[in-house]
Amino acid sequence: MRIQEHPVLDFKKGKEVEFTCNDKTIMGYEGETIAAALHASGVKVLSHSSENHRPRGFYCAIGNCSSCLMEVDGMPNVRICTEPLKAGMVVLSQSGKGEIR
Amino acid sequence: MKHVEVFVVGGGPAGLCAAISAAESGADVIVAERSSILGGQLIKQTHMFFGSEKQYAGTRGIDITDILIDKLNEMDNVKILKDTTVLSVYEDGVISIEENGVYKKIKPERIIIATGASEKSLAFPNNDMPGIYGAGAVQTLMNIHGVRPGHNVLMVGAGNIGLIVSYQLMQAGVNVKAILDASPTIGGYLVHASKIRRMGVPILTRHTVKRADGTDSLEKATIVELDEKWQEIPGSEQELDVDVMCVSIGLSPLSELLFQSGCEMAYIREFGGYVPLRSINLKTSQDHIYIAGDVGGIEEASSAMVEGHIAGLAVAKSINKVHENYDLLYKDYHEQLASLRAGHAGDHIRSGLEKATI
Repeated sequence: MRIQEHPVLDFKKGKEVEFTCNDKTIMGYEGETIAAALHASGVKVLSHSSENHRPRGFYCAIGNCSSCLMEVDGMPNVRICTEPLKAGMVVLSQSGKGEIR
Repeated sequence: MKHVEVFVVGGGPAGLCAAISAAESGADVIVAERSSILGGQLIKQTHMFFGSEKQYAGTRGIDITDILIDKLNEMDNVKILKDTTVLSVYEDGVISIEENGVYKKIKPERIIIATGASEKSLAFPNNDMPGIYGAGAVQTLMNIHGVRPGHNVLMVGAGNIGLIVSYQLMQAGVNVKAILDASPTIGGYLVHASKIRRMGVPILTRHTVKRADGTDSLEKATIVELDEKWQEIPGSEQELDVDVMCVSIGLSPLSELLFQSGCEMAYIREFGGYVPLRSINLKTSQDHIYIAGDVGGIEEASSAMVEGHIAGLAVAKSINKVHENYDLLYKDYHEQLASLRAGHAGDHIRSGLEKATI
């Protein structure tokens, strides 16, 4: 899903890093958003809605709509569409509204 | 509590230009941007801008950001806070912010709110399915992160964003199956529409989405033709195999902070939602709060930048920091706005302004 050549843009990527999403190891680039890294590796379903358990993906990708909330390194309700990726991050689909521990 | 003369909420085109003009007038300015990157939605605009040279026509949006940031960096009376979200603007003028996880309060003399807008959604069965994204979201994914949204796209909305993002999808090697618009005419500039049509993508006016289907994410969209009364024509349904749908049916102003701060608000259809009433200098019903850009009504980045300059000049003047070329600049910026809003394309903006100006 990564664009290799583009007529206008030259993508500056960070270091390639490993992280996990629901215990699966995924590669991404440091500094891109978690949503971009997940989408690039084919993960579109980020969580399920708390009442009707409908699959949820991102919608706005700029931190407005809250459709992409996941648990990141133990912190619930992280907007992964704006949260920069770091090596070793543990990303989990959140069930329900998330608990602050 | 920290004090500053002018506090700008939002580091997009409007906010950056507001900061430039306020700072050039001699005011001390803080700009707060919730993202780690300045420029707002400019940073994904790979196309060259229209308008006149004064609004950087012929320059790509991505390069305009750098021009504005360079200007700000030259001034030592501007402080830029990135990764900083403004949480509240209270009626007494106190602002609370979260800066990299730390909660702080600030009491500025004047506030310019330039928070921009968010993409609207469209109602149809299964519209919440992954694979259905705002067109701007797909632009972020492609043009900032270099990731394709999928393989086959249905674009809903033939305004400028829908047309431009369709073209950019093709530049990124993605197949655009069709562009729909419920209205009988194409909303965006014909120059963009013609380019898309030449590339073989049908633009179906009087069409909308009937439903979306898929197991976990979008696999199929059913579209339907509409009659003169915008009602579905039975039997006109078509199924399209698409894994991405981009919704580009308009934006609504992100005006929550203005509601909270007690500004007088009105629902103005032409502006995409609730907006603050404002003077010609972009002052709201609260003397210390000004606005600039899409938060006051959905328009283009070009007019957002000009509004930013006007708000910046006016804010500084209200605290007796008058730009040395104030009269000249003030007149020029208003003339630029008038020209951007002239003609048929500006009809709805002028009509919205009539209702929103106090």
